[in-house]
Amino acid sequence: MATLDTIDMADLDAQATARPRRWHIAVFLAPAVLIYTVVMILPLVETLWLSLLRVDPKTNTSFFAGLVNFQTLFGDPRWSASFWNALRNNVWFFIINMVVQNPIGVALAALLSVPTLKGRAFYRTAIFLPTILSFVIVGFIWKLILSPLWGVAPSLLKSVGLRHLFHPWLGMADSALTTVSLISVWQFIGIPMMLIYAALLSIPDEVLEAAEIDGITGWSQFWKIKLPLILPTIGIISILTFVGNFNAFDLIYVTQGALAGPNFSTDILGTFLYRTFFGYQLQLGDPNMGAAIATVMFAIILVGVCIYLFGVQRRLRRYQF
Amino acid sequence: MSRARFSLPRSAAMHAALILYTIIAVAPVLLIIINSFKDRRAIFSHPLALPGPKSFSLVGYQAVFSQGSFLTYFENSLIVTVVSIALVLLFGAMAAFALSEYRFRGNTLMGLYLALGIMIPIRLGTIAILKLMVATHLVDTLTALILVYTAQGLPLAIFILSEFMHGVSDDLKNAGRIDGLSEYRIFFRLVLPLIRPAMATVAVFTMIPIWNDLWFPLILAPSEATKTVTLGAQMFLGQFVTNWNAVLSALSLAILPVLILYLIFSRQLIRGITSGAVK
Amino acid sequence: MTKTFIKALLVASSVISIASVAHADDVTLTIESWRNDDTGVWQQKIIPAFEKANPGIKVVFAAAAPTEYNAALNAKLAAGSAGDLITCRPFDASLELYKKGYLTSVNDIKGMDNFGDVAKAAWQTDDGKTTFCVPMASVIHGFIYNEDAFKDLKLTPPKTHDEFMADLKKIKDDGTYTPLAMGTKDQWEAATMGYENIGPDYWHGEEGRKALIAGKAKLTDPEFVEPFKVLKEWAPYMGDGYQAQAYPDSQNMFTLGRAAIYPAGSWEIATFEKQAQFKMGAFPPPLPKAGDTCYISDQPDHALGMNAKTKHPEEAKKFLEWVASKDFAELYGNALPGFFPLTKEKVELQDPLAKEFLSWRETCKPTIRMTYQILSRGTPNLENELWVASANVINGTETPEAAAKKLQDGLASWYGPQKANK
Repeated sequence: MATLDTIDMADLDAQATARPRRWHIAVFLAPAVLIYTVVMILPLVETLWLSLLRVDPKTNTSFFAGLVNFQTLFGDPRWSASFWNALRNNVWFFIINMVVQNPIGVALAALLSVPTLKGRAFYRTAIFLPTILSFVIVGFIWKLILSPLWGVAPSLLKSVGLRHLFHPWLGMADSALTTVSLISVWQFIGIPMMLIYAALLSIPDEVLEAAEIDGITGWSQFWKIKLPLILPTIGIISILTFVGNFNAFDLIYVTQGALAGPNFSTDILGTFLYRTFFGYQLQLGDPNMGAAIATVMFAIILVGVCIYLFGVQRRLRRYQF
Repeated sequence: MSRARFSLPRSAAMHAALILYTIIAVAPVLLIIINSFKDRRAIFSHPLALPGPKSFSLVGYQAVFSQGSFLTYFENSLIVTVVSIALVLLFGAMAAFALSEYRFRGNTLMGLYLALGIMIPIRLGTIAILKLMVATHLVDTLTALILVYTAQGLPLAIFILSEFMHGVSDDLKNAGRIDGLSEYRIFFRLVLPLIRPAMATVAVFTMIPIWNDLWFPLILAPSEATKTVTLGAQMFLGQFVTNWNAVLSALSLAILPVLILYLIFSRQLIRGITSGAVK
Repeated sequence: MTKTFIKALLVASSVISIASVAHADDVTLTIESWRNDDTGVWQQKIIPAFEKANPGIKVVFAAAAPTEYNAALNAKLAAGSAGDLITCRPFDASLELYKKGYLTSVNDIKGMDNFGDVAKAAWQTDDGKTTFCVPMASVIHGFIYNEDAFKDLKLTPPKTHDEFMADLKKIKDDGTYTPLAMGTKDQWEAATMGYENIGPDYWHGEEGRKALIAGKAKLTDPEFVEPFKVLKEWAPYMGDGYQAQAYPDSQNMFTLGRAAIYPAGSWEIATFEKQAQFKMGAFPPPLPKAGDTCYISDQPDHALGMNAKTKHPEEAKKFLEWVASKDFAELYGNALPGFFPLTKEKVELQDPLAKEFLSWRETCKPTIRMTYQILSRGTPNLENELWVASANVINGTETPEAAAKKLQDGLASWYGPQKANK
């Protein structure tokens, strides 16, 4: 502690010879840490602890079982097949989101931040609209649009002569996952758009004016000046997309049901977890196996985030204005 | 002001792209709203048509308003959402400030600890949370929901806000210290106004999962007096029967308040930026 | 400023929560249920009848969405915040609750001997000694058809499989109607209104089901594979793009008059009669060959149990006694046509379509869905697997034989009596 204080400017004020305790740090941190720990962390720890237990069906009591649940998850052919299927689907879900959602979000934000653009507030509100909708609404809208029966989609395609392109995408195993991923993109594009928009707006005019004086405008201004400055934000968005996708559940639940059909082709880690932990229809919940899946999900996400934090984040330069 | 040349083709292209995407974003929602004003046959025979004199029907809205006290649901959703956002922003900004500003032992650890919450769905702790609420007599109260949503929203808020706070100039803060301002003053008077865009952004997308959440109102506060709008709307999704009219109407009604809240906060975003503090 | 604002909001919310505490004088019983759609009927017909006969007790029917019911109920029971009366799913889901101590025994509720053994079996311990929910209703499976359409096309309700397929072909050739209103997106219809609807005719109802449980028959035997083959034949007669047709779509397709035949469970009766503008009839599952014995799926659907931790056990018991009475059976059966009371006594039903379904109990042998008792206790869950398999077979992504084999392998992997039948 002593070394840090020698450069702490606050010390210049201190009259006393003894260093004053920095209570304000604790005060700033306390409320958040308190609520967070009591309402989120402790219950979650209790649940993760469940992954190390099993229930004896005869006496209905829990007993410590070590890593048995994990062994079953990875060792038993059925469980592991379900798990790897869910993981594979989740990765594809993430890829579609990264490849489609984020570039389009950045492009839209870039367009919106052009100072001479008129109607910016209107566009911003309109494009963000899907993001404020609940999963129930989103699922319902898209099921209706893609429905082959009174589909808006078939008639729209018919009007441009492309009717033969229409397929019941949500009902076919090879297209269902991509379709649901695209629906997710539609819903959440507002978030990268907003974050990047905020970041682009924080770039002071002087920087942009200086660039223009040097003759850099338009496209190259975007690539050479704006993009590098918003890389940290893009970083945040990437990691948020990663975490969000690997925790995703509601959209698949609403459009495809907890069984994530057809034929488990839309089953991702979140739906797999839900079915296992809470049960579904006749399948009884197995909180211990569910907790094991949750632990593995947590580990996957933790690894991804650490890779980002230590590999990427440190290397991004932050600019202060 | 930018002195870059204003070019008509380029501006037209930009608008075209934006309009195209706007249509993609908005049309599906309009579809729902338009159809909420039609009767059931018209909804399915001509989904794209505007409600005409024959097909116009308010039967959906009538069902919605008669089936439950939707006004109470709105009130509940509003209270829960607004209070949770307020707490998330306040406590989150405070914690983010502490993490980004001060170097102390355990800073990185605390940051990682607080970031853990982003990675795990809070639903996993449901049973333990419910037990907690039962023990503190908070079941069927809005306070239970507020506590859960605050805890849920804090990690992401802290993560994003601390990122933006790193960008606030150290010179400014040190100048404040030299002038004798306490850390609290520096936080409230100097730093907070500068990150208003980030605060507004965090507010906007903390609000959405809270407003649209079905799970926790169902478990923690399902009583008639504490139901939220989403829970109330879900009433119409039956086991085998879907009262389409009522569902569409309820969903349309549910969109409105979120939209208004969003518009309010996005105003703040603009104001924060145009009043540009640093210079 | 912000701080006072926050304080004000917190005060407001606590005031509102205090205001929601009920009156102390009347006892209020809360019923947990997934039957969202029945809320109106409960509030207008059923609850007033009980409250009139039992002053001082108020009843609240609190329904949750059916997809969330199991999970939400389990969470509430674990934390002690569930209602006084619980609507019980049949068989293992409720057996679990009883084993965990959440439900009480209802053996000594007056009127329990009104119910036959088959009815009680869905809510009994394996040894048959303790019943833990009072049976309320069962549902029967069959086919509902558009009588006006049939008259147009000069068709009569088919009795055998061949007649059924011929009818479908005629409807398709005519082109005005889609023959079958069913899709595979939600998957459960393919299993429940498909496989388990026509299946009993092939595996001879209770005989086949009990043989499966005893390990004497396996899912790859011909009588269990045949229904899959029949389902596959249905595919060309379902709507265009049926793979993405969900359950509400099928309902709407039928009630809007676009389809001629709807593979149904009797619970549809009430809704269809409200929404359809044409006359409807019903016929039981077509027999494999003329002259075969006919079987129908008569599935105990829901019952009412008492929360072991209820604060009002006496009042709850009164309600359960009422549920076991003939008065309730008649009220319920007529208020919710399509749900058939399980009492031994004869109940007069008004609705003609409901009467038609109920008449099959006399002419055909009833059985229950074969996945429900015991066979879905393990992992993989046979019921869920059946959903996926049935949908796959209709979609053409799995052959009937392969689907049956997958189910059998899954069952044999954990179920003792079947382990020898790998």
